[in-house]
Amino acid sequence: MNPGPGQKEQDMSSTAEHQTDAPPDYLNDGYGLRSWLLTTDHKRIAMLYLMSVTIFFMMGSFFAALIRAELVTPEGDLVTPDMYNRLFTMHGVIMVFLFLIPTIPAVFGNFFVPIMIGAKDLAMPRLNLASWYVFNVGAVLILYSIFAGGLDTGWTFYVPYSSSYSATNVVTAAVGIFIAGFASIMTGLNLMVTIHRMRAPGMTWFRLPLFVWANYATSIIILLGTPVVAITILMVGAERMFQLGIFDPAYGGDPILFQHLFWFYSHPAVYIMVLPAMGIQSELMAAFARKRIFGYRYVVYSSLGIAVLGFLVWGHHMYTSGQSAYAAAVFSILTMLVAVPSAVKTFNWTATLYRGSISFQTPMLYALAFMGLFLVGGLTGVMLGTLGIDVHVHDTYFVVAHFHYVMVGVTVSAFMGGLHYWWPKMTGRLYPSFPSKISAILVFLGFNLTFFPQFLLGFMGMPRRYHAYPVEDWQVLNVLSSAGATVLGVGFLLPAVYLTWSLFRGKRAPANPWGAVGLEWDIPSPPTKHNFEEDVVVTHEAYDYDARRDAIAAAAAAKQEADLV
Amino acid sequence: MSEAVQNSRLAHWYRSWEEQTESVTLAMWFFLVTEVMFFGGIFTAYLIYRAQNPEAFAAASHHLDIVMGGVNTAVLIGSSLTVVMSVWAAERGKQKALATWLFLTMLLGLTFLVIKYFEYSAKFEHNLVPGASFEFHDTRAGEHGYVDPSRARMFFHLYFFMTGLHALHMIIGLGIYGVLLFNTLKGKYSVRWHDPIPVAGLYWHFVDLVWIFLFPLLYLIGRH
Repeated sequence: MNPGPGQKEQDMSSTAEHQTDAPPDYLNDGYGLRSWLLTTDHKRIAMLYLMSVTIFFMMGSFFAALIRAELVTPEGDLVTPDMYNRLFTMHGVIMVFLFLIPTIPAVFGNFFVPIMIGAKDLAMPRLNLASWYVFNVGAVLILYSIFAGGLDTGWTFYVPYSSSYSATNVVTAAVGIFIAGFASIMTGLNLMVTIHRMRAPGMTWFRLPLFVWANYATSIIILLGTPVVAITILMVGAERMFQLGIFDPAYGGDPILFQHLFWFYSHPAVYIMVLPAMGIQSELMAAFARKRIFGYRYVVYSSLGIAVLGFLVWGHHMYTSGQSAYAAAVFSILTMLVAVPSAVKTFNWTATLYRGSISFQTPMLYALAFMGLFLVGGLTGVMLGTLGIDVHVHDTYFVVAHFHYVMVGVTVSAFMGGLHYWWPKMTGRLYPSFPSKISAILVFLGFNLTFFPQFLLGFMGMPRRYHAYPVEDWQVLNVLSSAGATVLGVGFLLPAVYLTWSLFRGKRAPANPWGAVGLEWDIPSPPTKHNFEEDVVVTHEAYDYDARRDAIAAAAAAKQEADLV
Repeated sequence: MSEAVQNSRLAHWYRSWEEQTESVTLAMWFFLVTEVMFFGGIFTAYLIYRAQNPEAFAAASHHLDIVMGGVNTAVLIGSSLTVVMSVWAAERGKQKALATWLFLTMLLGLTFLVIKYFEYSAKFEHNLVPGASFEFHDTRAGEHGYVDPSRARMFFHLYFFMTGLHALHMIIGLGIYGVLLFNTLKGKYSVRWHDPIPVAGLYWHFVDLVWIFLFPLLYLIGRH
């Protein structure tokens, strides 16, 4: 992301050769660590976030690798049971709180929402920078709790284990998550205000690109949900330190209340992870089918619908916690309702492909992988929302497979798709297409090989969070899963190599390498510090590929005519 | 203050003064939404336990000092008035009045915290702070059912947690108003640009409002 000093000078001179009076791009507008650490440019902050979340993704993956290594054999022979508890907790906490939740809004939302709406920056640039620092402070606390003895409560922090019994660093981790939540709120707040108040003239609500809408819906959830988990985690911390007695039955508290409060946030948090991913998906589908998204407005409404419904379904995590049968039935029905807006999206993406001129570039490969994986993840979600099935497979690998299909299959696929789609715009460099296509295919195959066997394991009854399994029959599927994880790991390592390579040796990217429509493609790659040198006035709806096609044809005709004369 | 300096208050990424004012105001409103949800979590816990242990909570609530709580309520409502007056003064460019109203707001906020301090100390003296020395006696007159001391202890836990969280917000508010007062004395605000005054006012009103809910919930319900 940050090429060495020699590289920058070279960039500078080559830019200078072509355009002498044009302002420098944002990467060359000021050098040195200070210009990055004190920047208020939303694009640089997005890059800082990208570096942070990449590191956390690698750490989370490392713990996942150890988990899969342990499960190759039925005996618990690689790590102790205590260590295994710490491993899956670290994997979950890092991936959920430090990667999945912040990543798309804070990286791509930060970078592209202002550009897509024709603004120079987010509404509160200093708050934006502060959010990155706050996020890292939270992350450092979480990592400290992990390396100074670990954490073994699982990412869900269920009481009373977390509040009264666990001998690990619950308080430090809780404070870390509390602080990281603040960063999430700052980003959500900023995006929301920016989208409300800073749209360019002519950029009406229904001309917004769907990625902007997705970030808007996500921000609503962040603003309404994150504070609840913040106070809940604060209460767990206080309970641990002062025996507060809100959740501990020994003092008259109710552990189920914790689950209610926790899932009131943590279920919507799933939509914090997937909604922005769906926004990226819409961008990719339109760009690589060369068509306006089918039923644009309904995709918008479905995002908002998911944001609202997401707050009404938390009880489906608690079917076996002893809530009343009536409550469970209501939550079950509401859960299935979420399938409606999700299906609207899926069908609309599919319909967008119909009669589109589809090109199978790397981002599109990820987008197509997304479609398949989301279908499996979403439909198994309906299965799990069904009371009878859920009670049977509760806390088994079926659940693990389901939420990985959603979180990895949807969020990480879209993250990779978005990264490959916008990389030329963000860095000004093209990456090699062959290895990137290989990596997209490896990720898709490796992912399915890893997690599909887990559905079967779960249905056969293998419980989650066990470090050893007694039934020899389960070994074949576990070995398959671990083998898949290896393929998946290679698929994720490849981009780390060729994207880094492209930073230094990649070809210079043109302003619009994909021939896509959108304000971000009308400005140079990489953009200048203030994004737009002239005031933007928007006259077209989003994804007006038809109009653009005419314009391109008209330009070609005019040129031909000029040549004739 | 020169016009050039005043104009520099319009941050370059905004298109107009209106866009800037609307953005920062909206940001505070959205922040207050998160605050509502934040306090909502602990209010939910309180309401559930209150409903489960009405007798113990009423008995414990009887130990709270209704006079101090009542005076504090009045003090905070008064501070909301001074906040509104500070906005009024800022809009008209009355710098002296602005400084005075900001100062009075801080004074009232401080009064609240001082009274709260005495209230807390009294709880320590009467062994009502949950911990090793916690002791609870039902002091209400007349016949009442059995009161489980552990549930009364829970009431005091919630009391300290909720009022403590509120007091923390008050302290943050005092810090904000200190900065506003400092900037006012330095002549930073003008009729053209004084966004921080109403935006901070929103925050202050919200913190007042939390107390308006805390007071009846903790002090008044179940009292005869």
